[in-house]
Amino acid sequence: MADLALAPAPGATAESARQLRHARMLSVGARCALPVAILLGIGFLAPLVAIFGYAFATPRSFDVFTSFTLANFATLFDPSNTVWLSFLWSCGLALLTVAILAVIAYPIAYGLNMVFGRWSALISVLFVFPLFVSENVRLYGWVLFFIKNGVLDGTLKWLGLSGGPEVLYTPGITLFGMVYTYLPFMLFPMTLGLALVPRDLVDAARDLGAGRLFIWREIELPLAMPGILIGMLLTFVLAIGATAEAKILGGQSIIVISHDIEIAFTYSQNWPLGSALAVVVTFFIGALTLFALSKLDLDRMLGRR
Amino acid sequence: MGHRRTNAAIWAWTLFVLVAIYLPILCGALASFNKSRYFGFPIKIYATEWWQKTLDSIEIGMIVKTSITIALLVTVFSVVIATFGALAFARYEWKGRKLYQKLILLPIFFPQPVLGLAMLLGFNAVGIQTSWMTAVFAHMIWIVPVVTLVIAIQVYGFDPSLEEAAYDLGCSRIQVFREVTLPLLWPGIWSGMLFAFLLSWSNFPLSLYTTGADSTIPEWLYAKMVAGYTPMVPALGTMATLGAACLLLAGGLVGILLRRRAAT
Repeated sequence: MADLALAPAPGATAESARQLRHARMLSVGARCALPVAILLGIGFLAPLVAIFGYAFATPRSFDVFTSFTLANFATLFDPSNTVWLSFLWSCGLALLTVAILAVIAYPIAYGLNMVFGRWSALISVLFVFPLFVSENVRLYGWVLFFIKNGVLDGTLKWLGLSGGPEVLYTPGITLFGMVYTYLPFMLFPMTLGLALVPRDLVDAARDLGAGRLFIWREIELPLAMPGILIGMLLTFVLAIGATAEAKILGGQSIIVISHDIEIAFTYSQNWPLGSALAVVVTFFIGALTLFALSKLDLDRMLGRR
Repeated sequence: MGHRRTNAAIWAWTLFVLVAIYLPILCGALASFNKSRYFGFPIKIYATEWWQKTLDSIEIGMIVKTSITIALLVTVFSVVIATFGALAFARYEWKGRKLYQKLILLPIFFPQPVLGLAMLLGFNAVGIQTSWMTAVFAHMIWIVPVVTLVIAIQVYGFDPSLEEAAYDLGCSRIQVFREVTLPLLWPGIWSGMLFAFLLSWSNFPLSLYTTGADSTIPEWLYAKMVAGYTPMVPALGTMATLGAACLLLAGGLVGILLRRRAAT
């Protein structure tokens, strides 16, 4: 009905028809966004509300939305509880992951933009592909590599050396696993960010006699910052929620926060406590994400190709 | 010149990282050809019997079928929703677009194990029994935003004046969508489909909590890794990887053809 009313009257000029169409675009956009909004409303928002509900339920009970207590949060913030330790481990590992990945990914992102030329597409695909192999399978491959009599140890012994180091089931290998798993999530935003640096600007600076370090610090880095930041945020947030690395490679030598949440839901059957923990993590991640996203112009990042 | 040396260093570093990325996948493939039940390297006797056993297993056959069913349904639903989502993301100016662009990223940034648990809780709260069908829904929550971004990149490269011209020539909105918009977006939609299928195929954390009694390939592999290792683990893992690679290769070729056709 609304469409009929907005249809151009006979004899209207092409210009006014265009204006009418422009006015209609407003609602078309909102209507196109509707299916996604409904899906995420039911599938993303509603479960978070459910978690929120359980977080205030009586401990070790299932009476969601009927009782209200802060006991679960009190348990979490009780210093005699070790939850803060897992939280610290998760944050520390995530920070280290971000720092290491920034150093590993930057030259590759630079190469994809400036050096590899027509090879860029193929190299990008090679970096994307591991996302399509289950994380478990890839991490287990590392177990086969590092395990006693595994690929590394066996090869070194075969060469007559004393064998490989015993690195499995330590915090270090957990960090290694995280760096390995989240590389693409740092690399691609960084590549998009570096694509925003206009080459003429770099050339002009070089012609004017600027040194390479100067160009990097004053031009390349600031202009690529949105992409670098989004990559750092994405890897940090994903690494905070990581469990598979600590379980498969780390052999639970350290307990990460997601594993604590899982334990509360499975072994100890204390859904309200697990929910309270999930709420704390959600707020932490949500605040961080919204803050970083508020600084970004996605049109500019994704629109430039 | 220093410039050339830097470029060589960048090439060398990239190739080194790529080798490291594929090393564990290669280790898995190697382990699957080991005749002995327990892994030891160098492998003494190579055999294909674990591949044979994996292919013959009825249990694994069912798990593969479940994984494919979930991935196919996720692909179809996600791409339809995400195509419209991408148009709203990149093509149309509307109130609330900036906010929408950011909110849609939240599920991608959310840790999947926590998201999976939250959904299990949500299903439980409204009394829905989890099965492979709930897993389809769960996968979509994470995959639709990703696919929306993939398609949105194509939408950004699209010239709105082509649609305008069609309107001026008297086409209806549905005609314009079918004859102009959709064909121009096909390459992006196609990549979106590949992403949706492959991400659902490899997803573990969401499946773990939302498939109920049904099981997918990543779940089965994990269960056997934790307890009861058999060389069928690397064999099935390698098969799943090869399947994904073949699909990506075939899909990539079709994508190149589509892009070429869209360009002419």
